Amino acid sequence: MTEASRRSTDPAIQKLLAVAAEDGVELAWDRLQAQQPQCGFGQLGVCCRICHQGPCRVDPFGEGPQRGVCGADADTIIARNFARMGAAGGAAHSDHGRDMALTLLALAEGHAPDYQIRDVRKLMSVAGYLGVPTNDRPTMDIVKDVALKALAQFGQQTGELAYAQRAPKKRQELWRQAGIMPRGIDREVVDVMHRTHIGNDQWYESIILAAMRSSLADGWGGSMLSTDITDILFGSPVPLVANANMGALSETMVNVVIHGHEPTLSEMILVAVNDPELIAYAKSQGATGINLTGLCCTSNETLMRQGVATIGNFLSQELAITTGAVDLMVVDIQCIMQALGPLTEHYHTKLVTTSPKAHIAGVTHVDFDEHRALDIAKQVVKMGIDNFKNRKGTHIPKDIDQMVVGFSHEYINYALGGMFRGSFRPLNDAIISGRLRGAAGVVGCNHAASCHDETHLYTVRELIKNDVLVVLTGCSAIGCAKHGLLSPDAAKFAGPGLREICETVGIPPVLHLGSCVDNTRILTVLSQMASEGGLGDDISDLPGAGFAPEWMSEKAISIGCYFAGSGVYTIMGGRSPIAGSKKVTEFLGDVLEERLGGRLEFLPDPQEAVERALKHIDKKRAALGLPEYDAKRFGQSGDAVTLKMLEKTDDEILNVYSARA
Amino acid sequence: MSRYIATRAIRGANTVVAEAEALLKAAIADLGPDTPVAFTNTAYFLPVNLAFMGRQIAKLSDMVPALEDAKRLLHPVPPENMWVPYLGETMDSGMATLLAEEIIEGIRFARGQEPQPITWDGTYIPTANFVTSDPMAKAGKRMNGPIDDIQLRAWGIQLVDGRMPGFAALIGCAKSTEVAVQIVRELQQRSILVFLSGSVNGRSIIHQLMEAGVEMGYDTYIIPFGTDTMATIYPLGFAARSALTFGGLKPGMPREILQYNRARVFAFAIALGEVDDLKYATAAGAINYGFPVVADTVIPQILPTGITPYEHVISMPFDDIEGKDDIERARKLVQRAIEVRGVKIKVTEVPIPVPYGSAFEGERVRKSDMRVEFGGKSSRCFEYLRMAPFDSIEDGKITVVGPDFDQIPPEGFMDMGIVVEVAGRKMQEDFEPVLERQIHYFVNGASGIQHIGQRDITWIRISKAAADKGFKLEHFGKILYARFHADFGAIVDKVQVTIYTDKAKMEEWLAKARQAYTHRNERLAGMTDDSVEEFFSCTLCQSFAPNHVCVISPERLGLCGAYNWLDCKASNQINPTGPNQPIKKGTCIDANFGVFEGVNSFVQQASHQAVQDVSMYSIMNNPMTACGCFECIAMVIPEANGVMVVSREDPSMTPAGMTFSTLAGVAGGGLQTAGVMGHGKYYLTSRKYLSSDGGFKRVVWMSSFLKESMKEEFKAVAEREGDPNLIEKIADERVATSVEQLLPFLEEKAHPALTMPPLF
Repeated sequence: MTEASRRSTDPAIQKLLAVAAEDGVELAWDRLQAQQPQCGFGQLGVCCRICHQGPCRVDPFGEGPQRGVCGADADTIIARNFARMGAAGGAAHSDHGRDMALTLLALAEGHAPDYQIRDVRKLMSVAGYLGVPTNDRPTMDIVKDVALKALAQFGQQTGELAYAQRAPKKRQELWRQAGIMPRGIDREVVDVMHRTHIGNDQWYESIILAAMRSSLADGWGGSMLSTDITDILFGSPVPLVANANMGALSETMVNVVIHGHEPTLSEMILVAVNDPELIAYAKSQGATGINLTGLCCTSNETLMRQGVATIGNFLSQELAITTGAVDLMVVDIQCIMQALGPLTEHYHTKLVTTSPKAHIAGVTHVDFDEHRALDIAKQVVKMGIDNFKNRKGTHIPKDIDQMVVGFSHEYINYALGGMFRGSFRPLNDAIISGRLRGAAGVVGCNHAASCHDETHLYTVRELIKNDVLVVLTGCSAIGCAKHGLLSPDAAKFAGPGLREICETVGIPPVLHLGSCVDNTRILTVLSQMASEGGLGDDISDLPGAGFAPEWMSEKAISIGCYFAGSGVYTIMGGRSPIAGSKKVTEFLGDVLEERLGGRLEFLPDPQEAVERALKHIDKKRAALGLPEYDAKRFGQSGDAVTLKMLEKTDDEILNVYSARA
Repeated sequence: MSRYIATRAIRGANTVVAEAEALLKAAIADLGPDTPVAFTNTAYFLPVNLAFMGRQIAKLSDMVPALEDAKRLLHPVPPENMWVPYLGETMDSGMATLLAEEIIEGIRFARGQEPQPITWDGTYIPTANFVTSDPMAKAGKRMNGPIDDIQLRAWGIQLVDGRMPGFAALIGCAKSTEVAVQIVRELQQRSILVFLSGSVNGRSIIHQLMEAGVEMGYDTYIIPFGTDTMATIYPLGFAARSALTFGGLKPGMPREILQYNRARVFAFAIALGEVDDLKYATAAGAINYGFPVVADTVIPQILPTGITPYEHVISMPFDDIEGKDDIERARKLVQRAIEVRGVKIKVTEVPIPVPYGSAFEGERVRKSDMRVEFGGKSSRCFEYLRMAPFDSIEDGKITVVGPDFDQIPPEGFMDMGIVVEVAGRKMQEDFEPVLERQIHYFVNGASGIQHIGQRDITWIRISKAAADKGFKLEHFGKILYARFHADFGAIVDKVQVTIYTDKAKMEEWLAKARQAYTHRNERLAGMTDDSVEEFFSCTLCQSFAPNHVCVISPERLGLCGAYNWLDCKASNQINPTGPNQPIKKGTCIDANFGVFEGVNSFVQQASHQAVQDVSMYSIMNNPMTACGCFECIAMVIPEANGVMVVSREDPSMTPAGMTFSTLAGVAGGGLQTAGVMGHGKYYLTSRKYLSSDGGFKRVVWMSSFLKESMKEEFKAVAEREGDPNLIEKIADERVATSVEQLLPFLEEKAHPALTMPPLF
């Protein structure tokens, strides 16, 4: 095994790793190596830097100090660190949601002329959830009220989040009983930050429950609002065919790469690259046109809605630069490595930061302002065009895969029966019959310590082989897309029952639901499945599981917590950030399952993770009284028999009354 | 779906919508945009377009926007590789297909090309009381076309009480005529309606059945719609109308109407022979209703469930079905199709030499086809069922006392009496008439046997074909023995049947029977609403009309005419948790209107709060609701200060300005509408008929069918009301089809309603 194949399973990345090595540039993997050995206390989560008397750390072997200066024990330290990670992640997601709501308000007030309402039906359903009257009112009045009500969710101090009502009734009651029904989005983040301050909450249980509440405020609040408002502004996704991987970069066109998370920018860049004047300008600079592609979740946004190609996920960002073909990389927020700054200096790529919240030292910054969105987008794109002439040699790998994307929960509902009969009934039926053993979500980041994409691929392949329908978001989705798992043809890797479902509906066995903020679509799907009937009456009754195999960001902790808090068995890969506390580990596992039906586990071994998830799925099936999963009973439907019969009839008379040889 | 099917269905949908557009353009050019378009004998316009899109298509130009609806539902064909999902898209394309097919049939109607002319050697005469002014149809040279509303309602009660489980649409052409006949017979034996359409290479199952001499029509449950696939729209329109008629659903509620069909209408399609694009597209439309498709050829299977309750598409290649011959294969094909739709149908094995099933109930034996008859003009026939002490009879004993009919010349006659004695721990004397009336249905189920009437006016014919197959008198006993055990096993433990043809014995038993009839008449006549403590509910129709509740009292029978108070009592004994529950009358809130506390609270709960109060004896004040199976509709005619009563059999215009069909839309679906009420025929003769509104004297107009068929009963009513000439003072469709014609008639006859207190 070469060093490159240890670092990534992606053939394009492997080729570019060689280029980078030749060019002598430093990448995430190199920096990880340089960090070794990483601090053992930090790894276990037992290091406390919350007050300035620290850093304090607890000896995990029980020999050294067991308490920090203030007396905090390992359980408290770990719970506080964990809660703060979740709160930071939730803050990031929710702040993204807030920006979407602010854009919506600017649009309603006429200050954002470059945006429009693309999905009125969604606007109406969101208005319904937020209690905004819609009868006989001008659309823009409704938009304004929706924006204001959405923004009020962030500042709400008491009561319950409006979107909590979208969860099954039983789930809402569980939250109230456990005292974790979120009150306001910002309040729950502040609550965690306050609670974990020196000398405050020093009982791991109440800290973890507060972390749960702030995560729920993200999942059923900030993130869900973000998804909904994004759909209102840019359209709810419907299936499209699109390309993935570095092969989508162009040798002859100006390559503009968007990277980050907020579609307010990327959608405008998309408009700008189609501007005839800019295209003409690109041609005047010797290019054949402008080619837009993306990285990470902002790419997922334009991929889901307009089919703009994605060239990779988190760990692909540096390698994209090494192709020498990226003329402009424009970034906004989240998951943008500072390393891009120095790296782009080594290559010709023009890097532009745009968010007031995300500058990089020494990198050109153009403040993005939704009031003049298109002008700014054009200005930025022009920088890329201007840079085209600076290209030196390029090394664009030819690797490219096609995929089908665009599975909003609204579309899934439609896909399962059309305009008149759309419902989740066929999906529930498939699980009830055992044709599908269950359903799973695989989400989350890349992690430099694990072979790039490998755990995502292993997990997804194993699940579909076992007739578990998989939904994906974020970097996981891009990882699988690069390996062809998002193509309908991938049904051939699925078990017999899942293959039947794929053939029946025309879907891949693995569905791309969007960016990481769109994990809320999974919550909606789960709620709809629970309310459709036949699979219990709460999310925790469903035979399903969630995975974040290569997680690394704080957002992933928030996501993991809101899934577990919503009743899902959630398995996060890699090293456990709570390994230093048996109590916290137990609390997030068995205790949580007892109280909320879901659990959060950190399991480094992907094989074990899949096995445990399947066991959990079978346990849920048994609890629902569903037939035991037995793949042999299924697989009789599909085109194969007919196509075979039609094949051999060139010179014989076709007997349509027999399928026998 | 499968991609193979999706591709063909979507391609078919695009083709048929384009075809509809071209035909419409040509029709508007040829005939003009205002040319009327109507399906015959239905108030539901073009029912599929009405139900799903809420469009009332009455003229060619109305079809232009309707076709736009269809176009919006079309999708492109999935590509060979990297296809996006196609299931939802195929379902929508299927719906587009149905809309377009119905538009095409509508255009053909406008051009006089529908129902399809029979251009080959064969005829089809839809039904005995079929009304048409079209000479071709009269001559039997047209197919059935859309099912008329009257028939839809007549079948309603059979569909809800399970006598008729549902319908099968046979589309295409069977492997052979022999197979076609066998498939149809299998379905008939299970009392499943058989709807025929489509063809393969120009040959249709309709041709096959006509060649084999199979009797088709409403009475035999076999309806030929047309030899092209588009004619399948008629059964699908029938299904859509059933949701509007019985389900209380409104046009433009597609989701609810389709869900209603999925949950409540037992239907499936069998595709016979090769399946082309249009058939796939039409099948996709049918799957929207939750109706599965079984093919006898190799096509891709779609086994996952959800849109349909069971598998969507099943392929049973005919030659691969295990069986000793094609007859057995045909039998298995039908069995599988029924399983796929998911209803267990109990087939009572009746050991007689002719086929047996409710589908044969409607058969007529013409005089020239008759071997022998009992009763009628030339001989006497009676039937009598009585309860016997448990040990006095022998279960299964069948005796024929006297000669069989082998000595009677062909087309001759003889006297006969059928005496059935039953015993059982739960049997009561009250049940005797209820069980006795079943003899009519039981005997009629035999192919080649016709039974009319009851008691001592029974009239039975045996056809030559049945006699040739070995049918003898003892077989009546075998039928009755098998059916009483199968259907009334809960109350009947022993059944003994004796058939009397011996003159002396026959007369002896006839006298006994008549004594019993008189005794029963007196008992039933003496039974009034005031003399009982409880009424009965009937929610049998809730499978179709979810919010309707019938309240049945001794003086008010069920609106379908099939259930009176005694029937309900018996039914409740047989099935204590079934649809007929005792309702304690409780406090009488208003004796005049017939409002009872117990009735109100029962109806509130059983109607799911849709109905709050019910008056038993009024049409003006909270009248009882109706499902849609009513025999008659009464409606107030304010100008005449009275009510009109139109019967289901009467297709004519009424003074209310609406035909029965149109009125039924107002009266049915479990809706309470003051001034309109559905009811049973015999309720007209009750003392409690509209008693709070003035009683029978309020009737100012009545279908002549009722007047003629209930002449004797009405005579008695007129006497009771103290006006022996009352019936002649009531107008009918022969003298008045409008208020303008009605009023002078009433004035001339001095109808009492004109001087009664005002209704309002």
